[in-house]
Amino acid sequence: MSFPILSSILLAPVLGILLILFIPQKEDKLIKIVAAIATGLTVLLSLIIYANYDQSIGGLQFVENIPWIDDLGVTYGLGVDGISLPLVLLTALVIFTGVFASWGLEKRVKEFFIFLLALVAGVFGVFLTTDLFFFYLFFEIAVIPMYILIGVWGSTNKEYSAMKLTIYLLVGSAFALIAVIAVYLYTGLGTFDIQTLTQQTYDIGFQKFAFFLLMIGFGFLVPMWPFHTWSPDGHVAAPTAVSMLHAGVLMKLGGYGLIRAGIFIFPEGARFWAPVIGILCIVNVVYGAMVAMSQKDLKFVIGYSSVSHMGYVLLGVASLNTLSISGAVAQMFAHGIMTALFFALVGNVYNKAHTRMIADFGGLAHQMPRIAAGFVIAGLASLGLPGLVNFVAEFAIFVGSFRVYPVLTILAISGIVITAVYVLRVVQNVFFGPRNPKWDELEDVRGIELVPIVILCGVLLFLGFFPSFLMELINNGVDPFVQQYLTTPKVGGMF
Amino acid sequence: MITLNHYLLLSAILFCIGLYGALSKKNAIAILICIELMLNAVNINLVAFTKFLTPGDLTGQIFAIFVIVVAACEIAVGLAIIIAIYRDRSSVDVENLDWLKW
Amino acid sequence: MIESIGIKYIWLVPLAPLLAFILITFLFKRFKLLSALTAIFSMVVSLILTLDILRVILTGHEITMNTPVEMAVPWLNMNGLYIEMGALIDPLTAGMLFVVTFISLLIMIYSVGYMHGDPGFSRFFSYLALFVFSMLGLVIANNYFQMFVFWELVGLSSYLLIGFYFYKDSAAQANKKAFITNRVADFGFMIGVIILFLYFGTFNFLELAEGISASSDLAFLTLAGILVFIGPIGKSGQFPLHVWLPDAMEGPTPVSALIHAATMVAAGVFLLARGFILFVSAPATITFIAYLGGFTAFFAATIAITQRDFKRILAFSTLSQLGYMVMAIGLGSLTAGMFHLTTHAFFKALMFLCAGSVIHALHKQDIFEMGGVFKKMKITGTTMIIGGLAIAGIPPFAGFWSKDEILLVAKTNGFTLLYVLASVTAFLTAFYMFRLIFLAFFGEKRSDYHAHESPLTMTIPLMILAVFSIFGGLIGAPFVEHGFSSYVYFGEAHHPQPDYMVMGSSTLIAAAGIFLAWLVYIKKAISAEKIANQFAPLYKFLYNKWYIDEIYQWFFNKVVLSISALLNWCDRNIVDGIAHGIAWVIRTTGAKGRYIHTGSLQTYGLVIFAAVVVIVLFLAGPVVGGVQ
Repeated sequence: MSFPILSSILLAPVLGILLILFIPQKEDKLIKIVAAIATGLTVLLSLIIYANYDQSIGGLQFVENIPWIDDLGVTYGLGVDGISLPLVLLTALVIFTGVFASWGLEKRVKEFFIFLLALVAGVFGVFLTTDLFFFYLFFEIAVIPMYILIGVWGSTNKEYSAMKLTIYLLVGSAFALIAVIAVYLYTGLGTFDIQTLTQQTYDIGFQKFAFFLLMIGFGFLVPMWPFHTWSPDGHVAAPTAVSMLHAGVLMKLGGYGLIRAGIFIFPEGARFWAPVIGILCIVNVVYGAMVAMSQKDLKFVIGYSSVSHMGYVLLGVASLNTLSISGAVAQMFAHGIMTALFFALVGNVYNKAHTRMIADFGGLAHQMPRIAAGFVIAGLASLGLPGLVNFVAEFAIFVGSFRVYPVLTILAISGIVITAVYVLRVVQNVFFGPRNPKWDELEDVRGIELVPIVILCGVLLFLGFFPSFLMELINNGVDPFVQQYLTTPKVGGMF
Repeated sequence: MITLNHYLLLSAILFCIGLYGALSKKNAIAILICIELMLNAVNINLVAFTKFLTPGDLTGQIFAIFVIVVAACEIAVGLAIIIAIYRDRSSVDVENLDWLKW
Repeated sequence: MIESIGIKYIWLVPLAPLLAFILITFLFKRFKLLSALTAIFSMVVSLILTLDILRVILTGHEITMNTPVEMAVPWLNMNGLYIEMGALIDPLTAGMLFVVTFISLLIMIYSVGYMHGDPGFSRFFSYLALFVFSMLGLVIANNYFQMFVFWELVGLSSYLLIGFYFYKDSAAQANKKAFITNRVADFGFMIGVIILFLYFGTFNFLELAEGISASSDLAFLTLAGILVFIGPIGKSGQFPLHVWLPDAMEGPTPVSALIHAATMVAAGVFLLARGFILFVSAPATITFIAYLGGFTAFFAATIAITQRDFKRILAFSTLSQLGYMVMAIGLGSLTAGMFHLTTHAFFKALMFLCAGSVIHALHKQDIFEMGGVFKKMKITGTTMIIGGLAIAGIPPFAGFWSKDEILLVAKTNGFTLLYVLASVTAFLTAFYMFRLIFLAFFGEKRSDYHAHESPLTMTIPLMILAVFSIFGGLIGAPFVEHGFSSYVYFGEAHHPQPDYMVMGSSTLIAAAGIFLAWLVYIKKAISAEKIANQFAPLYKFLYNKWYIDEIYQWFFNKVVLSISALLNWCDRNIVDGIAHGIAWVIRTTGAKGRYIHTGSLQTYGLVIFAAVVVIVLFLAGPVVGGVQ
């Protein structure tokens, strides 16, 4: 067996935790450096995997399998394919930049980074594992640190938001757990291995039942309307790095689970329920964008914009063809980077100005030109401007889903107009206009604070101009499954 | 001739006395003693069944010894708690020991 | 393969300005002159390559509209989505490339003088370079996807440049408006592109052309054509999405000249020409295009006669001229539309640069506060008059030939209504343009200002453009053999025959317009105020631009924001309310249920015992019953 590179990604944050445990609280600089190195290591390792993943073979690679509980058939199995690899890279990038975005943190630094690294280890686990049991386990590992991080280091109604977020996520995962147990018992094979389960055929009735549970369960995580309200609240309350990770990565667990465990295992069930997802996702897109328009708090705007953008992911999932699902995965990646950038910028402004109310600002481009530039780039990514990776992802989703749901897709495309309205309103009201002397003491980002902005903008632009690096890998991961299990592209019959 | 039924009857009576005491006594120590009675009723059952149903086997006796040991432990812990409560409240009346409610 | 450096390195045409943009943004930001020189140098490179392509097209005859050269590289290859980035070289591309690179170069040189001393000098040039990159990428596009990508990117550059003075609230408002209006249009365009792709399986212009000519699905072609046409409605400021263009004048004047007069707004017309077969194969689409263009031309001209702001008048005149181009395309003449686009690019850029020169000197924009500027600014004044004559359509200036060709097409193709409408518009055009010139440049000084002629970097581009505005039209004049029409055409080259009736009448109409302006504003034989007072409601209606902006504003403020607020309320109170309701039920159940826990040990014991009894009876009952 070769070098266990996937386990190393998983263990890098754990190693970081162990090291930080032995560093005294007052050495906060050292703690941050250790966290940066640990997460930097994950970026490096994911890039190595990215470079070494053999697209001509495809499928799961870098597989590691260690039996864990033989009697139950639980295996510690890791592996990546074209679907999970971009998300692993996304997680690594977001947490690495997130550590830099928390560089100015002063309150209980040691505990903060321990929980942050624990959270990220859980997230990595979800994307890396090939075993449903571990999928669930890692997800729970991710949720609990999240609760503490928001509850202790958060702002604005933090206890309420932390509680709400945790309960919503746990309710969602409970639905998913029922489905996991049901499929385990139904097959009677005594295995949780996703690939094995995918190859089984299931009775149509069971498929409908199980997919429904997964749809609700992962719908809570995505978040699908009407289960979405935890997410804006959570975004707003969470500290910067946690917002980045939460909006950037944690919401993607739902979409990932829905694709991996939902439509690939239960294609018939997916086909039955797809129109429902299709309608709800349009509500997400349009309603989320409309609600974002009347928000007064910057973070709420971004929170609702996430709801809106995750609607595109759901649309891609609901259309059940290679192009749309690839687009959905790419959109998860693109949205993750974009929203992490947003939160890094807003967090920076909030730390200096101690307010996030749009009405308080104006003309901030005078004092903070770099933040303004970053915000404009993130905003343009958000409204799907070509040249940024989000556009390619959205375009793929639209093309893929147009032939399945023409009406819904047109409604979804109208979302990009509404997005333009609210994003540009925010840009105008916060950054443009006459110089406001009230904010003259604000300093622009410089030095280490620039790291997240530069990296995230760079990724958005690079993949925007050369999308084939991302899209073809995803396509490669999605296509075999779709070819095998979803050969008839027509879904439902309602639209 | 004393048959199994006699033992069972004795044990049932003893158990009922214990149960009645445990549910109605106000003094915590009395309740502990009543619980002891119930345990001993069980012991009688165990020993009697072994004697009449599987003579020559010591399963019941062994079980009884286990029960006695556990009961002793329980009494030790129980008395310790009661003493602690007494030191705090100067009373071991269970009517007043309702701090566990909501 | 044709030997040509220009064709071989065509990718360098857009990439040179992109490189300039990157260099300026990341390296040269602090060195103003170096930034400007980098941008100008990149334009020189693009222009030289373009000239080489033009040389090949004009000398050899291998590349025609029907035998274009195409090259492409794959950009994205997914199952079900294959996208290329490439170049399609034909006379249409080459002509447009020349217009864009040539005018961009002149305007960059002009901007060195105009933007002198502005703290955002380098930023200005980096944005300009970004714009030129996007525009050139759009022009060489060989497929709809690439067209759409660069279409959006020119929108972005336009957004950045309109908001160049971001510290002005009006500029921040205007660039948002421009972007959102264009987004609305792109919404239609994007759907059009997607359905074309799904129907024909390709974005490529040439492959689509084959598919469309073979297709007989008229309903689909009409739908796709109209959806794609929505894009140009926004970008080329056709009614009802024209509202952004007048506001876009908040940008620096060279930007107005380059983007909002000569090149970007013409991209819509260029798209109509590029995808001509799609529109022309559906009669409903092409007729719709013609009438919308004709209406826009008239509509914008009526507004222009009442405006007071120098640049806004020019903006409405741009809208009107764009209407002419769109109408020409709609009338089925790609040649006339593109010809007018080319000549318009020269004379409108010229007039905007004159406006810039005046504004630079006076720091005023209201023409009623000017007057007599000609005495102080001879070069600017002369070139402005040349521009005015060109747009009014006085022979032999450039605008005459191109406008004439449009009128000719309208007449020969039997669109009498449009012919009349276009003639009336021509009259209005001559009138408002000379109203502007007479008010601003002649008469007595109407306010206190200090004027001086602009520096050479600004006047030289003016003079060059003036030369093109005088003689540029000759390339397409009916008596010139191998002129514009023998290169840029659709299907077969169609050489226009001179129609002296049309020529004569249009010249007369233009002269009448100028004469009327002279009567009103120089001779003062007719009082403008009196007429305005007599037709007060009409005057107010026109001055307020047909109240279109107000309607949109009302729609946005009252309808969209109300829906948004309503949904926000629903989210907070209904969606979240249900969640809170469930939480409340659980909490209340717990709160009431806790009274079961009395805390009394003996009650617990009793309950446990009772439960045991019940369970035992339940389990033992059947057994006892069975045993009897």
